[in-house]
Parts: sequence; C-alpha cells; structure tokens
Amino acid sequence: MENRFLNYLFPFYGAIGLIALWWVAAYLKLVDPVLLPAPQDAWRALIKGFSDGTLTHDFLKTVYRTIASFLIATAIAVPLGIVLGASEKLYRSIEFVVDFFRSTPASAMFPLFLVLFGVGEKTKIAVAAFGAALVILFNVAYGVMQARKVRQLAARVMGANRLQVMWDVTLWESLPQTFVGMRSGISLALVIVIVAEMFIGSTDGLGQRVINAQMVFDMPNMYATIFAAGALGYGLNLLFILIDRWLIHWGGR
Amino acid sequence: MRGLKKRFGAAQLYDGFDIDIPRGKIVSVFGPNGCGKSTLINMMAGIQPADAGEILFDGKTVRETRIGYVFQNYREALFPWKRAIDNIRYPLGFMKLSKTETTARVDALVAGFDVPVDLNRYPYELSGGQQQLVSIMRALVVDPEVLFLDEPFSALDYEMTLLMRDQLQKVVLSRGMTTLLVSHDLEEAVYLADKVLLLTKKPTRIADYVPVEIAWPRGMDTLITPEFVRMKAHTLEVFRREAYGK
Repeated sequence: MENRFLNYLFPFYGAIGLIALWWVAAYLKLVDPVLLPAPQDAWRALIKGFSDGTLTHDFLKTVYRTIASFLIATAIAVPLGIVLGASEKLYRSIEFVVDFFRSTPASAMFPLFLVLFGVGEKTKIAVAAFGAALVILFNVAYGVMQARKVRQLAARVMGANRLQVMWDVTLWESLPQTFVGMRSGISLALVIVIVAEMFIGSTDGLGQRVINAQMVFDMPNMYATIFAAGALGYGLNLLFILIDRWLIHWGGR
Repeated sequence: MRGLKKRFGAAQLYDGFDIDIPRGKIVSVFGPNGCGKSTLINMMAGIQPADAGEILFDGKTVRETRIGYVFQNYREALFPWKRAIDNIRYPLGFMKLSKTETTARVDALVAGFDVPVDLNRYPYELSGGQQQLVSIMRALVVDPEVLFLDEPFSALDYEMTLLMRDQLQKVVLSRGMTTLLVSHDLEEAVYLADKVLLLTKKPTRIADYVPVEIAWPRGMDTLITPEFVRMKAHTLEVFRREAYGK
C-alpha cells in the first residue's frame, strides 16, 4: 500500500524538491531575504490576495483578456487558414508574410498597436490576438494541406463533390493540427497579455501586479502573482489537452 | 475500354490499351511491379484521369455508374472520426434515400457477412481485417454495378486473408456484380477470378487474358485441384516471361 502511495506522488517529486530547496535557501539566508522570502510568506501572500479579492480581480482580468484575444484570433484564423490551406498556391504565395510575422516578437509590435488602438484595453487584446492568430492560421493551413489524399479520394469516389470532400474529410483531417495551433495560440496570447499589462498603461491584470509588487519590493506578493500566472498557463494548457483528447479521439491513431 | 493512354512524365505507361470486362464477372489484374495495375483500375474508377481513351460501363461513363472502391490501405481510407457503422452509411448520403431505407440497406448488408464486428466502434478500435471488412461493406452498401478492389488483402495476415477471400467471394457471387481486383498475389488472382488479366512491363500491354474455368464456390480444396495448379502454373509462366524476359 505504502509503495503505491509513493508512486502516486511521483509526478510531484520535482515540485516538492524545488519548494524544499527554496525553503532551505530562505531559512539559511543563502540569498538576501528581501529578494527571496520564505515559501510560506509567498503562500500567505497568495492566500491573502485571493481572499481580499485583489489577486482574484487581476487574475480574472488576465483570463478575460487572454480568452478574448484567443477567441478573436480563432474566429479570424480558422476560416482564413482553411481558405489558404485549400489552395496550396495561395498559401505558398503568402507563406513568407505569415512566417515573417509569426517570427516577429509580438512585443515589438506594441508601439504600432498603441498608435492604432490607443492606450487601453483594445491594444492589449489586439496584440495578443494578432500573435495568436498567426500561430493558429499557420497550423490550420498546414492541417488542411496535409489532409490525407486517400481519404479525400475515398470520399470523391463515393460521390462527394469538392465542397463535400472539404466538409466531410478535409476539415476533420485538419482538426488535430488546428488544435495544436489553438493550444500554442492561447499560450502565446497569455504571454503577450502579461507583457502588455506590464508595459502598456495598465491598472490591473497579473502582469501589472507583478511589476507593481516588484517596484515596492513586496516580494512575497510578486512570487504569489508569478505563481498565479504560471498556474493559469498550466491550467489553460491542461484544459486544451483534455478537450483535444475528448474531441479528437482518433488523433495519432 | 478503348484506346486508353496514360503518361507519367517521360514514361508512357499505357499507349492505346483496349480491354473488355465481362459483365457480372470477376476479373483480377496481375502484373510486374510498376506496370500500372492500380493506375488501370483508378482510371476506370475515375480517380486518376486518363490522357486519352474512353471507358464505358454498359455505355455509361463512370460518373453515371454506381461504383464501389476498396482501397489497399484501409487505415487511410476509412474515416476515423466516424463509427464503423457511420462509415458504412456514408456513401448512402449521396443517394436520395429515406432514413428507413438507409437503415434497411445497411442492416441487410451487414446480415450478409458472418464475421462478427462491433460496428458501433471506431475504426481504430478494430483489427486490420475488421477494418478492411468495414471498408468493403462501405463499398458494397450502394449496391454498386462495378466493384473495384486495389490489393485489398495485402496488409492482412494469411489466416485473415483466407477468411476475407471467402467473405468477398460469397458477397460478390450472390450479387453478381462486375468486379475488378488488383492483386499482387498470384494465388489470390486466380482463386478469386473468372478471368485473369496479365499485364506486361511498361509500356503496358495485355500479356494474357485467361478465363479460369473452375466451379464456384471455391474453397480451400480448390487450391490443390489439378485445374487450379495448372492455371497457376500457366499464369506464373506468363508472369516470368513478362517480368524477367525468360
């Protein structure tokens, strides 16, 4: 019994080890206590932030911005990706542009978006949507282009016309890759939103909270907020993996 | 089929190829690698375009004919997002049938096979043989006038192949449909056919087109009858002559 219990803990060993190391370092004052507070202090700041609602507010703001930009990106990139993927020539002709902007750090676009959308909510969501859309677009287009020819032929030989082949086969075939794109897209959206909250005049959000805490040297609060941001990213990723497994049950088989 | 021409790049595969396929019979196609066995039936089925020539079934083009096609690679031909039963039902969606009619057709078809397959499962949950059986059912559900099979059993083990041959034989004979079977297995090509079409290396011509006069239904015993052995020896000899120039 005891052995089995230990096996369940296996995935947590790394995390336990890291916290133990942190605790020891803080206890022995190996690092300046102002820079590295004890884990229990950070934990208290986390609980306090959620119980007095300030961290909850910032957390939900970041969630809202991330989801909003992701939804906008998906709504634009999925249909566009399908259209581009359906015509390989069309995709090849704009592949360079997509690749170029996909490789451009979205943070470099902040000033441009500030000019376009002003200082406010819109800019943060727009930049994040822009970054996520390119990743999703690229993956959807590839998914469509790499749809298995045999399956398309099978549908055609059974009497499907071009549009029906697209709808009955190609779209389904592209789903696994589309989901890869959506998962990367939401992760990227979160990264951009956090950075935007730090540097584009924000009054709330996890990014702004981290920067504020750092400026007043409220380190426990800063670590707590970093942890909250990490948990959010991890949670979103996990959510997508679960949806993927449930929806695209045939993936990889 | 008259005056068929097909070229791939510099290589002329078919140059003025004519053949008659007897209605309601099973013709197997056999020949050396790269001679275009699959290409031949793909052109007949309208999957690959021919450069020139005319292919008619009873005076109709392939688009006007109900056809069924079984691919070699069942894993890539079935739709894994649909359950087996919905895969089978899929081609009926293109015919204007009522729901009850669709169900009746599928039920009747499934009853004709005596291999137990849980059709409510997804294709990837089935064995290779079961998957190919599902794709054969999918081809048959429209009650095709012509059935095309492209090396349907080549990915299965021998035991499963024997079982599937008998299933196929039973179903095809009971429906009396024109069938074209591409095979890379000479035994199978003879065993399942009313006529064996032997092709040459490219440019592809007919090396021989021999009737197999062995009574149906055929079984394991057929494989060791003198007629069968003689047929197989003859086709093998033609094949050797064409493939190795001996």
